[in-house]
Amino acid sequence: MALLQRTIAVPLRQREGLRHLGEAARGAGLWALVAALFVWSAVAETQLFVVGVIVGSVLALGAVGLTLVYGILRFGNFAHGDLMMLGAYVAFFALTGRLVGSRADVTLPEAIASLPGATVRLGDLTFGYGLLLAMAVAAVALALLCILLDRLLYRPLRERRAHVVVFSIVSLGVAIAVRNVMLLLWGPNPRQYVTGIFEARQYWFDIRLKTDQVFIFAVAVALAVLVYLLLYRTRLGKAMRAMSDNVDLARISGIDTERVVAWTWLLGGSLLAVAGVLLAVQAQLDPRLGFALLLPLFAAAILGGIGNPLGALLGALVVGVAQETSVAYFDPTYKPGVAFVILVLILLLRPRGLLGAKV
Amino acid sequence: MRSGRLVTLLAFLLVTAALVIMPAERSGWDAAGVISFLTTFATTVAIYGLFVLGLNVQWGYAGVFNFGVAAFFLVGAYTAAIFTKGPAESEFVRYVGGFGERLDLLPFLSSGEWLPFLVGALAAALMCGVLAFLMSIPTLRLREDYLAIATIGIAELMRNVVIAEEGLVNSQRGLTGIPRPFGSFFDPGDYKFVYFGIAVVLLALVFYAVEKSIRSPWGRVLRALREDETVTAASGKNVFAFKTQGFVFGAVVMGVGGAVYAYEQGGLSPDTFSHFSGTFIFWVMLVLGGSGNNRGALLGAYVVWGLWIVSLQLLSYPMPEVLSVRIFYLRDLLLGLLLIAVLLLRPQGLLPEERRVSIWVERLIRRHPLPRREEAPAASRGE
Repeated sequence: MALLQRTIAVPLRQREGLRHLGEAARGAGLWALVAALFVWSAVAETQLFVVGVIVGSVLALGAVGLTLVYGILRFGNFAHGDLMMLGAYVAFFALTGRLVGSRADVTLPEAIASLPGATVRLGDLTFGYGLLLAMAVAAVALALLCILLDRLLYRPLRERRAHVVVFSIVSLGVAIAVRNVMLLLWGPNPRQYVTGIFEARQYWFDIRLKTDQVFIFAVAVALAVLVYLLLYRTRLGKAMRAMSDNVDLARISGIDTERVVAWTWLLGGSLLAVAGVLLAVQAQLDPRLGFALLLPLFAAAILGGIGNPLGALLGALVVGVAQETSVAYFDPTYKPGVAFVILVLILLLRPRGLLGAKV
Repeated sequence: MRSGRLVTLLAFLLVTAALVIMPAERSGWDAAGVISFLTTFATTVAIYGLFVLGLNVQWGYAGVFNFGVAAFFLVGAYTAAIFTKGPAESEFVRYVGGFGERLDLLPFLSSGEWLPFLVGALAAALMCGVLAFLMSIPTLRLREDYLAIATIGIAELMRNVVIAEEGLVNSQRGLTGIPRPFGSFFDPGDYKFVYFGIAVVLLALVFYAVEKSIRSPWGRVLRALREDETVTAASGKNVFAFKTQGFVFGAVVMGVGGAVYAYEQGGLSPDTFSHFSGTFIFWVMLVLGGSGNNRGALLGAYVVWGLWIVSLQLLSYPMPEVLSVRIFYLRDLLLGLLLIAVLLLRPQGLLPEERRVSIWVERLIRRHPLPRREEAPAASRGE
C-alpha cells in the first residue's frame, strides 16, 4: 500500500506543482505584457496613450457593470452595449426633448434644456448643468429598466433553472429589441448633445485634450471609487461578493439573493447609463455603436477576471490604450480586432484573468 | 402537447396563407407570378435552412454556443466566389483567386459548368472547418459563453478584414458577376427553377447526413455532453474532442450554405454579413423551430423567412408615413421580441426535440412494439 502511494502520489504531486508553476509563469508573463504595453505606449505614443486612457475609463464604467452582472447572475449580458447606448439616448431625450419625426424632429415643449441657464457652458466644458441633470435622469431610468427586465425575463428563467446560455440568448433578443427601439424613436442618423467645434487645449508633453475628456476621466475615477467603497465597505457589497463567490452558499447563510440581484441591476444599470452618456460626449450618439462596444467590454471584463470590478477597471484601461495605440500602426478598421486579439490571448494564457480567482 | 401541435400547425398555415395570398393579390391573381415568387422564396429558405441545420448541430446537439454564424457565412460565400469567378476584369476590381476558368479540367464533360462550383463549395466547407477548428482551441475548454464572445469577435474581425484589405476580395465594393452552375444551359428567366432544384437536392443531402450522424453513437455522445459534461467525461469520452468535432461539422455545413448563397446571389457585399442578417436571424429560426430537432430547424427557417418576406410585401399597401418609414425597425424589433417570447413561453420551440435518437432502438421498437404505458404496471403485477 505504502509502495503504491509512493509510486502514484509523488509524481502526481510533482505534476500538480508543475501546473501551478506554469500557471504562475503565465500570469507573470501576462502582467509583464500589460506593463510593457503601458510603458511603451506612454513613451512612444504619448498622445494616443492619453486618449486611450480616457476611452478606457469610459469602457471601464461599462465593464464594471458587465462584470458585476456576470459574476452575480452568471451570464454574459449581450444587451450591455445596446443598453449603454440607450442610456445615452434617454439623456439626449431628457435634455432636448427631441424625437425623430417623419421629416424634421418632433420636439417636446418642455425639456431640461429649457430650464434657465441649463445650456450655458460650464467653464471650458462644451455643455451646461443640463447634461448632468439629464445624465442623472438616464441613470435612474436605466436602473429601473434593468430591474424591470430582470423581473420580466431573467427571474422566470432563474426560477426554471435554465441553462446559462439561455440567459445569454434572451439578452441577445433584448439587445436587438433595444437597438430597434432607439432606431424607431431617434432615427438612424448620429446625433450629438452639443453641436459645434471646440478647441482642444495644450497640456504638458504636447498632449492636446478637450476639457470634456478630462471631465470624463474625472467622473470615471470618482464612480470607480464609489463602486469600490460600496463593494468593500458596506453590508450590501459583502453580500454581493458572497453571491459572486457561491450563490448557494450565500443563500443558505441567509442572504436575500433576489434583493441582491435587484441591487446589482440597479448599480449596473445606472453605471451603464453614465458610461453611455460619457461615451456619447467623447464620440457621438449612434444606435449601431452599442453592439460594437460588446467586444471591448467583454475583453476588459475577462482580462480583469470575471466578477472582479477592479480587474474590469484595469482590463478596460488595457483595452482602451491598446486600441488607441494600434491606430498608429494598423488600419483604424482593425480597432475592434485589437480587443479580439486581447481576448484570444487571455483565453489562451490565463482564462481566469489578471485578478480573477478561478474559472 | 395537443395545444403545442396546434400552435405549430397554425404558425405553418398562417405563414403559408400570407405567402400565397399577398403576392397573388398584388399581381392580380396571376398564377405564374405567384409561382415565380414562391420559387425564389423557397430557394432562400433552402439556403438558410443549411445554416440553421449547421447551427443546430452546434447548439442543438453539441451545445456549442456560436454567436458568429456570420463569420462562417462570410468565409464560405467569399471562398466559393473566388473559386468560381474568372480573373479580375478591370484594374478597379481586385481580388485573390479567380480560378474559375482554370478549373475547367474535363472539357468533354462540359466541366466548366459544374466543376468550379463543386470545388468552390468544397473549399468553402474546408475553410470554415479550419476556422472552426482554430477557434475551438482557445475557447472550447472553457465556459460555454467564452466561445460566444470569441465568435462575435471573429465575425466582426472577418468583416473588417474584408473591408480593410483592398486586394483581398475587393473591399467595400464587393464582388459581382459570380457565375452560376449550369448557367449557360438554361434560359435566364427559367434559371431560378433550376437553382431551386439544386438547392433542394443539396439541402436534402445535408439533412440526410446530419440526421444519420446524430442518430449514430457519435451523435448520442454529443447530446450527452450537452446535458452533462462531467458525466460524459466520467464515462470515458474525450469531451473537448467531441465538442470540437460538433463545432467543426456545423461550420462545414455553414460553409456549404455560404457557397450556395454566393452562387444564387451572383454578387456579395460585406454588408450582408452583419451580425443581424448573418447571425441573429438564424438563431431566431433555430430557437423558434426547436433546437435539437432538424425538422424543427427547417420549419423555423420557413416560418421566420416567411414573416420576413410578408413584412416586405406589407410595404406595397397604403399606410401612414409614420409607419412606412419605420417598418423595418418595427420588424427587427418584433423579431427580437419573438426570440425572447419563445424562450420564455415555449423553450422547446415549434417542434420539440425527440427524446430517442437512435436508428437501432427505433428498429427494435418497430419489430417488438413497447407495451402501452397504462398496461405496463398490470403486466408486471401479473408476473
